[in-house]
Amino acid sequence: MIINHPLLGARDAQEFTYLGDASLIHRPDWQGEDPSGQFHDYLYLRDNPAGQHRELWFHEVGDRSWLVVTRNTLTHEITNVELARDVARREGRGK
Amino acid sequence: MTQKNRVNGGLIDRSSRVNFQFDGKTYQGHTGDTLASALLANDVRLMGRSFKYHRPRGVMTAGSEEPNALMKLRTGARQEPNSRATVTELFDGLEARSQNRFPSLKFDFMGINDRFSNFLTAGFYYKTFMWPRVFWEKLYEPMIRKAAGLGSISFEDDPDSYDKGFLHCDLLVIGSGPAGLMAALTAGRAGVRVILAEEDFITGGRLNAETYAVGGMSGSDWARSVMAELESLENVRVLTRTTVIGAFDHGIYGAVERVSDHTLVPESGKPRQTLWRIYSKRAVLAAGATERPIAFENNDRPGVMMAGAVRAYVNRWAVTPHQQFAVFTNNDDGHRTAVDLIAKGVDVTGVIDVRPDAPSLAGVEVFAGAHVVNSKGLLGLKSVQIRLANGEIRDLTCGALGVSGGWNPNVHLTCHQRGRPVWNDAIAAFVPGGKMPVGLTVAGAANGHLSTAQALQTGAEAAVSSLTGFGVSAAAPDLPEAEDAPISLTPFWYVKEGKGRAWIDQQNDVTVKDIKLAHQENFRSVEHLKRYTTLGMATDQGKTSNMGGLAVMAELTGKSIPETGTTIFRPPYTPVAMGALAGRSIGKDFHPTRETPSHKWAVEQGAEFVEAGNWLRAQWFPQPDEKHWRQSVDREVLQTRKSVGICDVTTLGKIDVQGADAAEFLNKIYANGFAKLPVGKVRYGLMLREDGIAYDDGTAARLAEDHFVVTTTTANAALVYRNMEFARQCLWPDLDVQLISTTEAWAQYAVAGPNARKLLQKVVDPEFDLSNDDFPFMACGEITVCGGVRARLFRISFSGELAYEIAVPTRYGDAMIRALMEAGEEFDAVPYGTEALGVMRIEKGHAAGNELNGTTTALNLGLGRMVSKKKDCIGNVLSEREGLKATGALRLVGLRPVDSKDEIPAGAHLMNADGSVSAKTDLGYVTSAAYSPTLGCSIALAFLKGGEDRMGDVLRVINPLEGQEVRAEVVSAHFVDPEGERLRA
Repeated sequence: MIINHPLLGARDAQEFTYLGDASLIHRPDWQGEDPSGQFHDYLYLRDNPAGQHRELWFHEVGDRSWLVVTRNTLTHEITNVELARDVARREGRGK
Repeated sequence: MTQKNRVNGGLIDRSSRVNFQFDGKTYQGHTGDTLASALLANDVRLMGRSFKYHRPRGVMTAGSEEPNALMKLRTGARQEPNSRATVTELFDGLEARSQNRFPSLKFDFMGINDRFSNFLTAGFYYKTFMWPRVFWEKLYEPMIRKAAGLGSISFEDDPDSYDKGFLHCDLLVIGSGPAGLMAALTAGRAGVRVILAEEDFITGGRLNAETYAVGGMSGSDWARSVMAELESLENVRVLTRTTVIGAFDHGIYGAVERVSDHTLVPESGKPRQTLWRIYSKRAVLAAGATERPIAFENNDRPGVMMAGAVRAYVNRWAVTPHQQFAVFTNNDDGHRTAVDLIAKGVDVTGVIDVRPDAPSLAGVEVFAGAHVVNSKGLLGLKSVQIRLANGEIRDLTCGALGVSGGWNPNVHLTCHQRGRPVWNDAIAAFVPGGKMPVGLTVAGAANGHLSTAQALQTGAEAAVSSLTGFGVSAAAPDLPEAEDAPISLTPFWYVKEGKGRAWIDQQNDVTVKDIKLAHQENFRSVEHLKRYTTLGMATDQGKTSNMGGLAVMAELTGKSIPETGTTIFRPPYTPVAMGALAGRSIGKDFHPTRETPSHKWAVEQGAEFVEAGNWLRAQWFPQPDEKHWRQSVDREVLQTRKSVGICDVTTLGKIDVQGADAAEFLNKIYANGFAKLPVGKVRYGLMLREDGIAYDDGTAARLAEDHFVVTTTTANAALVYRNMEFARQCLWPDLDVQLISTTEAWAQYAVAGPNARKLLQKVVDPEFDLSNDDFPFMACGEITVCGGVRARLFRISFSGELAYEIAVPTRYGDAMIRALMEAGEEFDAVPYGTEALGVMRIEKGHAAGNELNGTTTALNLGLGRMVSKKKDCIGNVLSEREGLKATGALRLVGLRPVDSKDEIPAGAHLMNADGSVSAKTDLGYVTSAAYSPTLGCSIALAFLKGGEDRMGDVLRVINPLEGQEVRAEVVSAHFVDPEGERLRA
């Protein structure tokens, strides 16, 4: 597969390490309501869609960016690639 | 006479003489021959024995789809089984041997299997060898494996090298027949980067095998004229002897180039094969089509061949497989074979055409509406029996029969992304359809366009549309004039007459009867049919047989062929040598070797090394009088504890953490607190996974307000860094913190023992005070050594002694170890390796990889109080789960044998002194064990249920696997200096 890195352009998937569902960005608040239940769901419950999937890839032998890659798990078509940091900020992980 | 079957013409060099051997006998051929064409030229029809029944078999095709003519090539370590003679380029000195026969090809003992064929039908091994069960492994399976099967391997190391390479292009053209050549020419003239990959050793595809004119010249001449232009273009790269084996994601293709298979031994410095990974913007598949047979009784005799293959042998290789021929066909294409044979002066005794309205031919009798119903000839075809349209039976003398059942487009690569081909009634075959690999267009016969004119046209069109796809406009070249005849086919798969066996899959000995049996036993889906009968398995993957099998099954189930469907086509298109997949990653080069900066010095000291991931680390440093590793290790431990020892700890992961929020960041990464760590101090840190399990430990040294140096274990260096980047970028993206791995940037040495300070004072520049007051335990600082070399000093101790770790830039690592050892001479300083390091950490009760084993918590490790409850950190919340905090949880303890002569076995389990020994009464297990030279006995670290309350108890330490049992007392894990006086000295 080829991943279009937002900063570096087209890179071979071999340069990356796969983590999984991009929902891992949404780490619960340790002081929120029922943190144990929240963390349990965060850690163990994942969707496994046959189709569009937002997932985390680490450019380990490249620039060490974490990316959020939107990939179709059936066709491997990649429709969007963003820096995970940008996604995290946009989705409320910023200060 | 040699080469008695040569005819005139052909694309061989008749001035050349190529000597080769088959089954020990020497023959001659010409440059341009394949092994198969040269054998046929020498009138060798019998080339192998079949997989199961050991039936005599000859060559059936002229290409990579060959099911029968599989041979062992070369001898010794270079011997390779199952090589297809049809694609083996002839070279001087080639040695080929037939397979699956004993003692000889003509007389094969296992030919007896053929007599027992009623017992060896589809699925026989599931039925026949059921009982007694114990016989299966010892008797039945070895027996069946010996009788069945293909060639054998040499069991020697492959002496050749294989390469992997990467290529990039705008357009990849797969196949160099008329369609591929036109596609490459169109794109080549447009100036884009083109790769033209051809499986064969010459380009031109079917143009070399046919006699029709293209653009007023012979097809092969036209192909050569196009090639001359392509080769003159710098933007075109032609790869012959290169099979594209798979279509992968995003326009990536795999291809194997047989760089040296046409030579006896690869030229010096050249690989045998290269596995290419080709990145393309677009690709054109012009892989042509494969002719399919018609099954009839005893249709597997040597001499029964594909009609198109016969034309290839006659026209390209100037070989007639026999002097007397017949043709069996359901289409006009079969007639061409008769015409071409007659043109070469070969006797054609008849054309048997299943079509009642078959056209007539000049110079040969056409039996319209007739079928071949049987054949004769034990080791080679002698005659065929035909049933004429009027019902009459006739014997037709012929030593070879060309069979044509139509052509199947080579759709394989179009299906590698799970595309499914669609049925085309006009040619009664599957053509590419459904979802194709991204960027792939199909042209020519591969797309069902079976005439030359259509191939030329669609090839050009495919290139034009491909280039348009990435914004380049190209003009199609003028199309040369070429034949455009329809093949006019009546679908016909097998002759129903006769009680004998009609072969569908010759490679796997699958007959029409086997398919009927599979149907009867309800293995009707094509995927079940394949597994039950082995139809379409092995080296040819059913290229000539799958369609016939599907057609029979379709008929039996009353479904159409498209409803019956095909099995899934998967890479590789043709067999690939394991060596090509491995490339250079074999033996010592399987992974990179990382050497520490002191490696050369350690080699000079005669160190024994151990692999730690990719690293080589000194394990111990044997002295000349030491016979056993324990002697070396004990000495290193004792001398370190008595005076001073030095150990290379460069391999530990090092991560530089900088930024205004560095402390806050580390507070989140580590379970224990870091926010208040003063500058100039080091702290031990424990990292948890988010699920609360401990996964790594190390130290963090604060060199400045905004600057920390984190160390990790050797094994987890990459993982910890990855997780820290995840936390930094994904979880806390606004923290002002930067990370970089500096593992390779610093050489680091532990200097441990009562004389460590005295030793270091000799190399550290005098302005830095190492006294206990100025540089106490857990101090750190940036210093200089040896007159100005930048260094970092950490007063940390893994051994439990007064100890430091000193780091210098990697390039000074070699000089540093030599300087330390020289400075240590007066203290009899010893270098110590990973074994002594391990012994000392067990003596001190430090957890390491054995204890941080992915199942243990901070609580288990006795570090429960380290996990801060006052802050957010990775793993904090879930480490509080009830199950992980239950009373009586495993606790890290020390064990000491009651009888000091006993050895505690690592991995052994703990049981109460009395009571039963069972999984139920299991109290825990030993994680690390060593002989402690300091204590003079074996010691161990173990996890023990409720261990904190069991100090002084005697337990049984049991290893039932080896029948070991010793008694040991539960003690503190800190065997040496539990108060920590030495390290604070």
